[in-house]
Formats: sequence, structure tokens, C-alpha cells
Amino acid sequence: MTNLIIAEHDGKNIKPATLNVVNAANAAGGNITIAVIGNDCGDAGKMAAQISGVNKVIIIDSPEYAHGLAENFTPLIVKMAVDYQTIWGAATTMSKNILPRVAALLDVQQISEITKVLAVNKFERPIYAGNAIATIESNEKPNVITVRTTAFDAASADGGSATIEKLDGLGDKGISSFINAAGSSSERPELTSAKVVISGGRGMQSGENFAMLEKIADKLGGAVGASRAAVDAGFVPNDYQVGQTGKVVAPDLYMAVGISGAIQHLAGMKDSKVIVAINKDEDAPIFQIADYGLVADLFDAIPEFDAALDEL
Amino acid sequence: MKILVPVKRVVDYNVNIRVKADQSGVETANVKMSMNPFDEISIEQAIRLKEAGIATEIIAVSIGVSQCQETIRTALAMGADRGILIETDIAVEPLGVAKLLKAIIDKEEPELILVGKQSIDDDSNQTAQMLAALAGWPQATFVSKLELGDGSLEATREVDGGLETIKVNMPAVVSVDLRLNEPRYASLPNIMKAKRKPLDVMTPDDLNIDVTPRLTTVNICEPVARKGGVIVASVAELIDKLKNEAKVI
Repeated sequence: MTNLIIAEHDGKNIKPATLNVVNAANAAGGNITIAVIGNDCGDAGKMAAQISGVNKVIIIDSPEYAHGLAENFTPLIVKMAVDYQTIWGAATTMSKNILPRVAALLDVQQISEITKVLAVNKFERPIYAGNAIATIESNEKPNVITVRTTAFDAASADGGSATIEKLDGLGDKGISSFINAAGSSSERPELTSAKVVISGGRGMQSGENFAMLEKIADKLGGAVGASRAAVDAGFVPNDYQVGQTGKVVAPDLYMAVGISGAIQHLAGMKDSKVIVAINKDEDAPIFQIADYGLVADLFDAIPEFDAALDEL
Repeated sequence: MKILVPVKRVVDYNVNIRVKADQSGVETANVKMSMNPFDEISIEQAIRLKEAGIATEIIAVSIGVSQCQETIRTALAMGADRGILIETDIAVEPLGVAKLLKAIIDKEEPELILVGKQSIDDDSNQTAQMLAALAGWPQATFVSKLELGDGSLEATREVDGGLETIKVNMPAVVSVDLRLNEPRYASLPNIMKAKRKPLDVMTPDDLNIDVTPRLTTVNICEPVARKGGVIVASVAELIDKLKNEAKVI
């Protein structure tokens, strides 16, 4: 067996990030198994079996996997890993939490956030907030890899007919437990897979003012993001943050509004296809990487932009 | 309660990175070096736990060249009690770092390890998780709120979907995120005092740990630069460009 992918899912659905990982594994070559680990995750398992290019799906459906606790996931993945050359996950907070723990117990050095597969054991990954690209060669057995999903196209979610197997869980390790989760519930697309992202920075001045960006995002079918400064100031929750230590996005259109463009922010969005910057400071570094820059007060420009969209 | 805090010496976050012409790495000669910003947050959290009467001793550990002593002195000036440098010229990978720290855990027996969630140079985000695995301890990663209880801790984690709170037994490894606290600056008297705090130096060999890198770095290149764009004069022109030139709206 070649590739084992740890699926991202919510029990019912496989998340888009997993489709990008399938294509990364495809680039390395060999057969593909997806592990769907969770509680009440049979539907997600069936969905995984439809993904084009997947040979086998293993469903591990057991209560101890309900909340993604690394202490419970790790022994299971370590046990499964012996059959595979490469263990793959998306560079999401779930896999970032679990896979290094797996790698350490397998005594291998994980390769984080790859952006290109050059060969079965040769990869590119960004370092220094994307200001340098390292080419890495590995002889680890197995390789444990997380994938920057924006760097790979998504595999087709249907057309596949993988076999489905089931495995028993290994029980609760009893050293960690889930208490609660507080999410920003939103009807908008996920930040990391949206085609349009409109982000606000410190220049937004308040959380209320983000409503202006939300209106535009809704008209364009996009998501709303933010710079670290806007999150630190409490304007919006942490899951809006785009950047080196937040989310990495690469939409068709990225609009940076009232964001100066610190390198840590650029690290999270500079691979977007088209970048628009709106800032009243003409010297803001964001203009150096923007395809279209507008030097203007955002409180004039954004309502005008919003109104103009209605006339298209 | 003893707290162990690893601190890494990295290129300062304000420095514009330059890739060496021979593609062997990133230029670090005559470049300002600082403590990894996430590690400052770890140290700050440890100090606050000591000020609250929960922690009794804070040990700052660094791994790397002899100049890492400066990074340890910074931690001592902020308020850590003593330092350990594991001196090596090898660029130790996260797995090696975790093994060295595990060896220190075995000697020092701390109950809590506060680790920066990632270092801003190699951006791996692995050390805390690997250390927890090797120690057989639970982990709380990407933590923005931390409360210690009796034999366990509650941590709020910054995850892709928002916030998540978990409870883990202690001893534990906690990796800290940006919003856990705002690190203090060291005062001049404390910087002077830090020079007299104990700092032990040892090597990976002393700890019997092999830190030979597992991965080979073939080369380090500059990323493809984005072409400069245009400044538009008005919202109307911006809309026109996005619709008719870029075709994204």
C-alpha cells in the first residue's frame, strides 16, 4: 500500500481540503487509502469512497474519536501506518495537531505544509513566512506529510468507487477530554476554499464596520477574512485570521481593505490569483503585490464599491 | 511546580529575508536575531503563573549555537529563573529538538511545558506535539487561554472553526498561540540581574541523543515574485478592471 490520507470531515461530509490532499498524493503516485476517523461518520466514509482516484476507504467509527483528540487519534494512526509509505493530512489545525504526534511515535521527521510534489520523496515547502522555498528530500519510512491545500487542485468529489472497510477503535486513552467549541457560524463559504475573500485590517476601526465587507462578500459569494491586527484588536474572531500563523488562502479574488501588508499577512494570501488593495496610505506595502491598488479612504470606497456591484 | 520553556533564536520578525546566492540557505550573517515571538509568549505565561503563586521555577532551554545564550538571557531578564543551553552547530530538526527536550524532562521533571506553537523560521509547527508524544503526555496546542486546575488544565485552542476548549491531565505540553498574552519587556535592572542567573551548557552527546538531520535540504530558493500591478484612480475603474480585465466579478 502506498498512500494513507487522514480525512477531514464533520461526520456527514468530507471537507474540500481532503480533495486537495488526494491530488497531492496522486502527484506522488501509487494507490490511495482514505481513513475516515470519527464518531457517527459513516456518511462521510461513503462520500470518501466516491472521490475520484481513491482505492480504499477505512472507516473507524467510535465515540473516542468524536472530537479529534490527538491522544486518541495517534495510537490508531500509528497502528495503521505500518502498511503505508506515506501518511498524508491537510495542513489544517486538526492534522497539524495530530500528525507530528504520530510522526514522533514512528520516529520520523514530519514534512509540514508542502506546496509541491517533485518526486515520491522530494517536496517543496515554504519557510520564513513564504519568503523562501525549501526543496526537501526524505528517506523516512513512512513519510508523514501535511499539505498546503491551496497549492493543489481538488480531486473530483465523484466518479470513484473505492472499497469500504471498517476497523475497530482503540478506546479512550483517558488523559484528555473535549469540553466545548465556540464557532463563528456563517452561511458564507469556508475561508480556505472560497473563490472570493475580502479581508479587513486595523483600518476597519471596529467590528461593526466589518458589516460593510460582509455585504460585499455575500454579493460575490465570498468569505470574510482579517489581518492579525484586526483579530488582536477584537474586531473579529480568530478564525478570520489570514497569514503566516492563521489561514492560508488563494482565492480567485482577494481584496485587502485597510490592511497595510506586513510580511506575516502576505504569507497567507500572496498566491491569490487577483489581489486588490484599498488603503489610504499610498506607501502601504500591500500595494507592491496588489494587481489593482486603490489609494482611498475605505469608508468612502467600500460603500461605493458595494453600490457599484448592484449595477453590474 | 516547575515549568520548562524552550526558546529558539531566530531571524528577527522584522528582517527582510534574503536567500543566499548559492541557494544553501537564508542569509543570517549580520542579521538581527531575536527570540521566536511565540516563545516570548510562552515565557510570559510561565512568569504570570509564577507571579500567581502557581509555578515555583521557570527553566528556559535553548538548542543551537553558542549565541543562543543571548536568547536564554532574554528569557532570564523577562523573569525565568535559570537556563539550559544544549549547544550544537547542527540545525536540529523538530524531532531532534523533541528528543533533547524529552531528555531534559527526564532530568528536571517539570509538570508543564510551554512551547511556542511554531517558530517563524522553518514554520514547522511540530515540536510541542512531538514532545508530548515522546513523553506520553497529553497536549493542548494553539492555546489562547489557559487555566491550571488540580492535576489537570483547561485550555482554549484556536482552531480553524473558531475556539475549542479541552481538559488535559498534567503533566502536559501546551503550545501557545498569539493571543494568549502580551509579553513584557525586560527592564534594565532585570537585564543586569539576568547576567548572574545560572545557565548550564551541555551538548546532545551529553544527553546521549542523536540529532543528525533526517531530511536533506536540496536547496533554498526565492519564491516567484508577483509582478507589480497598477494603481487605479477610482472605484469605477476598479470595478471595470475586475469585470473586464481580470474577469473575477
